Amino acid sequence: DSPFTVRLLPESFQTYQIESPELDMQVTKNELISLYRDMVTVRRLETAADALYKAKKIRGFHLSIGEEAIAVGIEHAITRDDQIITAYRCHGFAYMRGASVKAILAELMGRRDGVSFGKGGSMHMFAPNFFGGNGIVGAQVPVGAGLAFAKHYQGLPHATFALYGDGAANQGQVFEAYNMAKLWKLPCVFACENNKYGMGTSAARSSALTEYHERGQYIPGIKVDAMDVLAVKQASAFAKKFTTEGNGPIVLEYTTYRYGGHSMSDPGTTYRTREEIQRMRSTQDPVTGLKDRLIGWGVLSEDEIKAIDKEVRSSVDKEAKEAEASPAPEASLSLLFEDVYIKGTEPPVLRGRIPDENFVFAK
Amino acid sequence: AMVTVRDALNQAMAEEMERDEAVFLMGEEVAQYNGAYKVSRGLLDKFGDKRVVDTPITEAGFAGLCVGAALAGLKPICEFMTMNFAMQAIDQIINSGAKTFYMSGGTQPCNVTFRGPNGAAAGVGAQHSQDFSAWYGSIPGLKVISPYSSEDAKGLMKAAIRDPNVTVFLENEILYGESFEMSEEAQSPDFVIPIGKAKIERAGTDVTLVGHSRNVEFCLQAAEILAKENISAEVINLRTIKPMDVPAIVKSVKKTNRIVSVDSGYPAFGFGSEIAAQIMDSDAFDYLDAPVERVTGAEVPTPYAIELESMAFPTTDVVVKAAKKTLYLPY
Repeated sequence: DSPFTVRLLPESFQTYQIESPELDMQVTKNELISLYRDMVTVRRLETAADALYKAKKIRGFHLSIGEEAIAVGIEHAITRDDQIITAYRCHGFAYMRGASVKAILAELMGRRDGVSFGKGGSMHMFAPNFFGGNGIVGAQVPVGAGLAFAKHYQGLPHATFALYGDGAANQGQVFEAYNMAKLWKLPCVFACENNKYGMGTSAARSSALTEYHERGQYIPGIKVDAMDVLAVKQASAFAKKFTTEGNGPIVLEYTTYRYGGHSMSDPGTTYRTREEIQRMRSTQDPVTGLKDRLIGWGVLSEDEIKAIDKEVRSSVDKEAKEAEASPAPEASLSLLFEDVYIKGTEPPVLRGRIPDENFVFAK
Repeated sequence: AMVTVRDALNQAMAEEMERDEAVFLMGEEVAQYNGAYKVSRGLLDKFGDKRVVDTPITEAGFAGLCVGAALAGLKPICEFMTMNFAMQAIDQIINSGAKTFYMSGGTQPCNVTFRGPNGAAAGVGAQHSQDFSAWYGSIPGLKVISPYSSEDAKGLMKAAIRDPNVTVFLENEILYGESFEMSEEAQSPDFVIPIGKAKIERAGTDVTLVGHSRNVEFCLQAAEILAKENISAEVINLRTIKPMDVPAIVKSVKKTNRIVSVDSGYPAFGFGSEIAAQIMDSDAFDYLDAPVERVTGAEVPTPYAIELESMAFPTTDVVVKAAKKTLYLPY
């Protein structure tokens, strides 16, 4: 599996107070195949979630279809010791950090086999060195700076990616986190997923400066074409290297596009045109884009791609079935009150709806 | 020996930082300035700027950062210059801190201690003089501590730092400078007071006075005055807001048949309301010979003028009045 050089499109990166990552990058055939498989899996996972929602088996969530290259590209640029935190659009990240398709779908269905045992739901998924899944827009950014602070404190050479959307980019606490991270040279990558709409409000209607990679002011930044998973990987690897070499934080803006609505209750067509969505899908799609290049570079044939698609589909469908068959949590007080506090440190009693439903921990 | 609450807190933090490398202190003016109220005096010299960290004035930011550091395995002590400013950061304390262990199905712990002066201060007006115990006390996942004496402060601060959950430690600005007798035992680095246990400060038989933080002082003074009139008051220093030591309250009520709650928060949905409700939920209700009396802060933003301010918070006299009312005595 010998490495070869591919060249990214010249418009892949725009920089702010920093040199650009190289456009030439080394790849291997296996790696490219793995990138493709991961993106197809994330998309298929979310398509399965969509279907389960329509079958009324899931109570609602936010999909990232169209944005897959970000979760996949970042994971391929870092190691399992690096840390990630994101907002509520987190299924792809949870999968890339090691949660299984079954555990993610089971969580969405509120099952005991879910990645958070049915306690978290769509917005609160966790995995080793993946810290959620935060449902409060922007709140995860200072928390991410804290994750980076811990690595800095422990003297460990690992990066933290703190992701947020273009909507969250205007939260005051994002700037509070920038400031501390720069002051203390924290190894933090502030990563803005600019999908162009914060719910139904376009970036231009919410943000006085829509060049999100420049918003760190005193922090260098790179805008990345995040419809290209290779560009995402290249920029993320660059950012990781930069921030773990003692240079302090960096801001990445991943420009992307969400095909679906903000959440399942939003059709996503009242604040943008169907033509815009269609145009993005047909000209910018990250999965199709990689597929075409894999064929063009002779990495995979059309048939081999189809075989991967088919295999991913059947394995996701199989895990979806398993998730569906997995049991709901028993409606018991012991499960309801489990994990409010660390085991062994609970208050003697937690109150139920009426005192008869109080749960007693004290022996 | 006599030790101030300030020094007791300082001792507790120093001992825990000595004991565990994962413990660090962060907040506004905690390092070079030695603390806005000098609670962290000397800690920078002792532990260096890696472990005693001055922050910018950005409460949401550094509270969130402390939560993140805790998620990654450290044990931050996050000081707010006053808990009034923690209102800027309350989302991080509750949504990012208190709820994460549950939301993660018990896979992601968060050991962080938020602390700072809370409650009525003197002459600082409405925005700097508010008691948050009822706010934090209502949140599942939090433990909330409100000490009175130096022993309380030290033993419970150490317990809060060691507790693997999110703790909110509510101090009192006026108590910082007050000295209390501290036993030999309490001076030792092994001294820890369990969270959730009240302390009977004074035993009595006729009426129970229950309070926390500085209000315990008013209860003790009231008990003195009542004693001169042959009324025996039992004073409970609650020490912890959440979990509340309801059994201690119930036991006392069964003995005295009368109870007065004393706190300096707003009256509605407050500490006293909770105590009244807990008594109704328990068999102590059957032992009451008078309705529960609540002494609380008044339902007003704290006024500045001292004449008005002194009417807005509990005093010894008001506690005496409330106690007599439960005994159907003229007051």
